Amino acid sequence: MDLPVVLQLLDSSVRLAAPLLLACLAGLYSERAGIFDIGLEGKMLAAAFVAAATSAYTGSAWFGLLGGMAASILLALVHGLASITLRGNQLISGVAINFLASGMTALIGQSLFGLGGQTPQLDGPQRFGALTLPLAETLHGVPVLGPIWSDLVSGHNLLVYVAFLAVPATWWVLYRTRFGLRLRAVGENPAAVDTAGVSVVRLRYGAVVIAGVLCGIAGAYLSTAMSAGFIRDMTAGKGFIALAALIFAKWRPWPALFACLLFGLLEAVGIRYQGIRIGDFAVPVQLMQALPYVLTVVILAGFVGRAIPPRAGGRPYVKER
Amino acid sequence: MTASSALSAPDPGASTLAIELVGVSKSFGPVQANKDIHLAVRKGAIHGIVGENGAGKSTLMSILYGFYHADAGEIRVNGVTTPIPDSQAAIRAGIGMVHQHFMLVEPFTVLENVILGAENGALLRPSLARARAELKRLEQEYELDVDPDAVVGELSVGHQQRVEILKALYRECDILILDEPTGVLTPAEADHLFRILGHLKEQGKTIILITHKLREIMAITDQVSVMRRGEMVRTLTTSETSPAEIAELMVGRRVLLRVEKGPARPGETLLEVRNLSVTDAKGVARLKSVSFAVRAGEILGVAGVAGNGQSELLEVLAGYAPATSGEVLFKGRPLDLSRHTNADDRRDVGIAHVPEDRHRRGLVMAFAAWENSCLGYHREERLQGGFGTLDRDAIRDLARKGIERFDIRPPSCDLKTANFSGGNQQKIVLAREIEREPEVLLIGQPTRGVDIGAIEFIHNEIVALRDRGKAIVLVSVELDEIQALSDRIIVMFDGAISGERAAGQTDERELGLLMAGIDPGKGRAA
Repeated sequence: MDLPVVLQLLDSSVRLAAPLLLACLAGLYSERAGIFDIGLEGKMLAAAFVAAATSAYTGSAWFGLLGGMAASILLALVHGLASITLRGNQLISGVAINFLASGMTALIGQSLFGLGGQTPQLDGPQRFGALTLPLAETLHGVPVLGPIWSDLVSGHNLLVYVAFLAVPATWWVLYRTRFGLRLRAVGENPAAVDTAGVSVVRLRYGAVVIAGVLCGIAGAYLSTAMSAGFIRDMTAGKGFIALAALIFAKWRPWPALFACLLFGLLEAVGIRYQGIRIGDFAVPVQLMQALPYVLTVVILAGFVGRAIPPRAGGRPYVKER
Repeated sequence: MTASSALSAPDPGASTLAIELVGVSKSFGPVQANKDIHLAVRKGAIHGIVGENGAGKSTLMSILYGFYHADAGEIRVNGVTTPIPDSQAAIRAGIGMVHQHFMLVEPFTVLENVILGAENGALLRPSLARARAELKRLEQEYELDVDPDAVVGELSVGHQQRVEILKALYRECDILILDEPTGVLTPAEADHLFRILGHLKEQGKTIILITHKLREIMAITDQVSVMRRGEMVRTLTTSETSPAEIAELMVGRRVLLRVEKGPARPGETLLEVRNLSVTDAKGVARLKSVSFAVRAGEILGVAGVAGNGQSELLEVLAGYAPATSGEVLFKGRPLDLSRHTNADDRRDVGIAHVPEDRHRRGLVMAFAAWENSCLGYHREERLQGGFGTLDRDAIRDLARKGIERFDIRPPSCDLKTANFSGGNQQKIVLAREIEREPEVLLIGQPTRGVDIGAIEFIHNEIVALRDRGKAIVLVSVELDEIQALSDRIIVMFDGAISGERAAGQTDERELGLLMAGIDPGKGRAA
């Protein structure tokens, strides 16, 4: 394999990894605070639809992004209400949000646009276009480093950079700020946080809303940056793959980056190498496309070592008695 | 130093009191946990609060710390009426609390735990630096040595407790509440804790110590308040009272602190353990070639500091953990010690077991009492309905008999097990296991977390079982209990038996040395 092919493959890995990464970090905030979030998928889907629809009406991808985030935050608050305030089952609340998003996007999409649940094709300012980083043109001729800078690093849309910058930002928030310390504590032992005089409820809502924001960006990315419009169920299990990546990364930000890149790479390989042959045997397209899902199963089956989730995860906080 | 002491009332009489509770009441549903409590704690004193389990001590202190909200009454701190709606308010008023179950974040370091909730600023770095300096000062002042960078989950229980105390001191508390602080400590750790409390008192801190161990009250407190069934019975000056008086106030009647038992009449050997060894999954030897025998009509006490192989011994004998090597003979016949065996096999031959951890192994806390009364014995012929069902009436009848015989309170077999007090939960387990008249009873920590009244009852039942010709293996970390009940005592240290003594021919000092792995007898023999 020569450099341009490798770069192309990595380039598309990065594009495919970006939404996973945003969703994965969303899950990280939520689960580190002790709130399991099965509903990443639903929040992303709702955000993707609202972003595309808003963008189609207003003609601005930025309004689309805001709309998508708003939709995702709204669902996050529903999850918060169910699992923090009302102390319900977090898994069931998450599943409900997924169903709700899947059904409502199709229904509202059909009634607004009549395109079978799709939004109209977006183009121009309705989408986030590729950005060219400084020096991309001038450095192009430099061997190896030049193409890496101008083909792999440069030329993505803004949200990709947001996704990747969110990794160090998350690390910093989690390990260098008071909020991060409290967030991690509340996922391990909420009673310790409570007796230290800090509100468990407020912290957990904070985490859930941050998850909403990140899922909102992920959704907007899917429909207004990576694609040119919303298609029914376009998240296609990305929320669940993000959860698998989160477990693979053992709920830590930097490993989350690598886990998401790995999933992105597998997806890119599946897209690029369709119809390859091993001897006389033609590898079915479906098999290649199934790669990320196969890895998901392998990870969730515990083949990558024991992952210990935050100790208070999934349990509503009730004072003893 | 804190705002609250600056606000002290001008009245000099009032300002000598650190804490004053006036008419505090609290109920949980139909249960009145605290009834019209009046309590005055003097500044700079160590004030003990004693009472049986469920007497309302912990609830009262949780109210003082803002964890629960009182239904009625008033809290005065340093003579000033101070509402305490949450823990933040308690901390502001200079009150710190070391909970019975530590409020620590285990994956965090000591420093991170100390600053949690008391960070100065949004960024961690300056907070951590300040805490590190402050911790160094506190360590020197109070013998509170802990590595600030150690991960809390990897510390011993004693050290974790010091972290809790450091947390309170870091928040500049003047009044420190400790809830059952020695329940989880080794004797040496407990002594160290008392020294720390002594230093704190010298520095003018006020300490409230909740306990049900009378020895601690006598050793360290200045005043002692006795609670019974949610009410404050009396406050005494420790130097003017006696353990007997306190115990009487606690239970409302005289209790025997010694068990009345006649001499043992041992019969045939029922259980014989030969060279039993257990190596755990990590390759650590937990039991090292343990051998002993128990005869009918005798109580064999297994003493030792927790974690020296007693739990593993019970698990192997009770049939739910495999042995690595060695054998156990029951009436001369070997028991299956492989991983294919289970507790059912043991019950079938007549070995019953009261587990050390009744919450996890002895009971299903969410079940009603009657359901727990048959667990493990639910396949018995007499409890079967028809078509593979259970005869609920038969089980309920059995449960009611157990409740009556063991004086389980409240006497309701439909009450959820979690809603019984610790002592009554233990009685439910005992009723179940003793009702079948087992040949051998294995019993672990029979009175852990059990109040004095129930302890006496449980001890008498164990002795009565012995007198009916049964063999009893009693594992307990309470040396008093081992000495009071046992006919023979073996002491375990580091997975092996460090010594065996006849109960009448030894004392605490000798047993204590054996528990530390030193055999004083051997020195004399040589």
